[in-house]
Amino acid sequence: MAACSIEGLLAKAEQDEAEKLKSITVQKELDLEFDIGNLVAYDKNRIDIRLFREQKKEDFLRSLARDNTQLLVNEIWKHPTERVEEVIVVKLPEPTTALPREKPPPKPRPPTKWEEFAKLKGIQKKKKTNLVWDDVAKEWKRRWGYKRVNDGTKEWLIEVPETADPNEDQFAKRNKAKKEKVAKNELHRLRNIARAQKIKVPGVGLTPTAQQSKTDLARAVNVAKSSTASAGKFQERLPKEKAPRNTGKKRKFQPVIGNFSNEKQRQLDLLKVMDSKKPRLDVNKAVNKQMREDDREESAAKFKKGGKKGRKGGNFSGKGKGGGGKGKGKGRAGGKGQGPPSGKKGAGKPGKR
Amino acid sequence: MKQKEGVIKPKTKRAKRFLDNRAPKLRENVKNAMIMKGGNTSMTVTQALKDIYALKKPSAVLYKKKNITRPFEDSTSLEFFSKKTDSSLFLFGSHNKKRPNNLIFGRLFDFHVLDMIELGIEKYNSLSQIKNSKCPEGTKPMLVFAGEAFDHDDDHKRLKSLLTDFFRGPVVPSVRLAGLEHVLHFTALEGKIYMRSYRSLLKKSGCRTPRIELEEIGPSFDFVLRRTHLASDDLYKTAHRQPKALKPKKKKNISHDTFGTKFGRLHMQKQDLAKLQTRKMKGLRKRRGPAAAAEGETSSKTAKVEVE
Repeated sequence: MAACSIEGLLAKAEQDEAEKLKSITVQKELDLEFDIGNLVAYDKNRIDIRLFREQKKEDFLRSLARDNTQLLVNEIWKHPTERVEEVIVVKLPEPTTALPREKPPPKPRPPTKWEEFAKLKGIQKKKKTNLVWDDVAKEWKRRWGYKRVNDGTKEWLIEVPETADPNEDQFAKRNKAKKEKVAKNELHRLRNIARAQKIKVPGVGLTPTAQQSKTDLARAVNVAKSSTASAGKFQERLPKEKAPRNTGKKRKFQPVIGNFSNEKQRQLDLLKVMDSKKPRLDVNKAVNKQMREDDREESAAKFKKGGKKGRKGGNFSGKGKGGGGKGKGKGRAGGKGQGPPSGKKGAGKPGKR
Repeated sequence: MKQKEGVIKPKTKRAKRFLDNRAPKLRENVKNAMIMKGGNTSMTVTQALKDIYALKKPSAVLYKKKNITRPFEDSTSLEFFSKKTDSSLFLFGSHNKKRPNNLIFGRLFDFHVLDMIELGIEKYNSLSQIKNSKCPEGTKPMLVFAGEAFDHDDDHKRLKSLLTDFFRGPVVPSVRLAGLEHVLHFTALEGKIYMRSYRSLLKKSGCRTPRIELEEIGPSFDFVLRRTHLASDDLYKTAHRQPKALKPKKKKNISHDTFGTKFGRLHMQKQDLAKLQTRKMKGLRKRRGPAAAAEGETSSKTAKVEVE
């Protein structure tokens, strides 16, 4: 009797469970594959095309989606959860689908010359504190950087050593030494980078690039010529070689206290120019110059286009292509013509527009 | 470009952080997508691009101007843009008589094109046409791929991988259970691919796992597969190479048996059992001779008597 009731109870419990799970179970032929790390589900079951055509497309797709999503959610809910600040959160595993990377994995940096030497000698890096106590100012100052301890450039008093020339500027000497140190550091840093990336760096002179133009080669020759002890003063030139242009100072300034009469003359000339009624800019001359330049450009462009097309396939109707080229050139020149005159102070070209 | 990266040292901490963010890393950032238009686009295509941008926000950039390039012929312009915005996914929309309403999905590896797949839009319902409340921007969607073609056909397999890459969002260690709202469902049927986007409502069921009800929200597309440009096998393999540091470290000398008990293994040196130091028990100590033995006996005897 007791046995019957127990069996009955068990059966009832099973039925209840089945009822509960009915709402979330989905029947599928093949089990889906899941990648919970990416929240992806792959359904490999065959889709009945007849059913798809009979039903309305959207309804069929929606029911299929609902079933698949239910299975995916069932799988997600199987994973462990935890409570983070009043919110229940499920812990996802690592994604399993292999997806390509964005960039190649990082390569370890090859050691610099100093690092190799330190490894060889067994020198360990000593960790230094950032702040150092300064007795003079009675506070903690940085070891390096802004407002640092032992700032050589901020010294207001430098003793002239006995072995030095009394007329030498010690402050300038210090500045120059610092600039040289900085430049040396920068050179070594770039050399380390070049060594790391296996780019060849020459000992002296300019680095050769792949395609060198005429100006690049000329520049290289000039640099090589002036890298002698007397800065290229006694280097002979080849018979037909021309002197290098664009060397020397880019801007020339008058000395502050020089020729007084010259300065007076310049100031008076300036006043005379400001007084005169004639405008400095000769508008006519400027406009004519611009028009001549535009015509020259237009003809050069037409020639280039005409020349190229003629070379390629000569049978084409020259008239049609020429006309097209002409129209294009005119349109471009018109556009170009508009630019510079509007730049100039009000000297527009209404006729051309 | 690589040469200049080391040569120009960043002068501020912010610049340094920016450059470090873009440098190759062990665990990579979310893939950014650039969404752009071609020389000629139709209303459908522009609306479709805007909708996909809405799905992919904030890790996407939408370009407003037209770019007169053909990705299948010349990909230099795409590579330049990807370098500028640090994007490795792109979506190029165009429209012409031969290929109407064209979308090209693609991805790049090391700023060079890896895969490109061209899909044509046959039917399209935009976000604005379906009027109901949408999911918040930036929710990680659940993706479902249905259909045998996604398993059998090579082109469809790559498309599946590309779409997962495109829509999956950032890889996170945990997800809020109530926040699993967005579902993207792709069905491959009769050479066509149907993309639908639903919002999932978690209803109460008898047990812990909720019952799902779906409500269509987002854009719905009926795609047809057109041209593809897939990466060669070795380039594909190189792109998948993971650095060794990411592999999970195996714990040695630990094993589990069928009951779930955890076993560990200790490795010891060879021990001389004669010279082992054990617990001292006075009774078991060796006595010096037979006299000692007799004493032991008598003492025991006396002990016995006493008990009785």
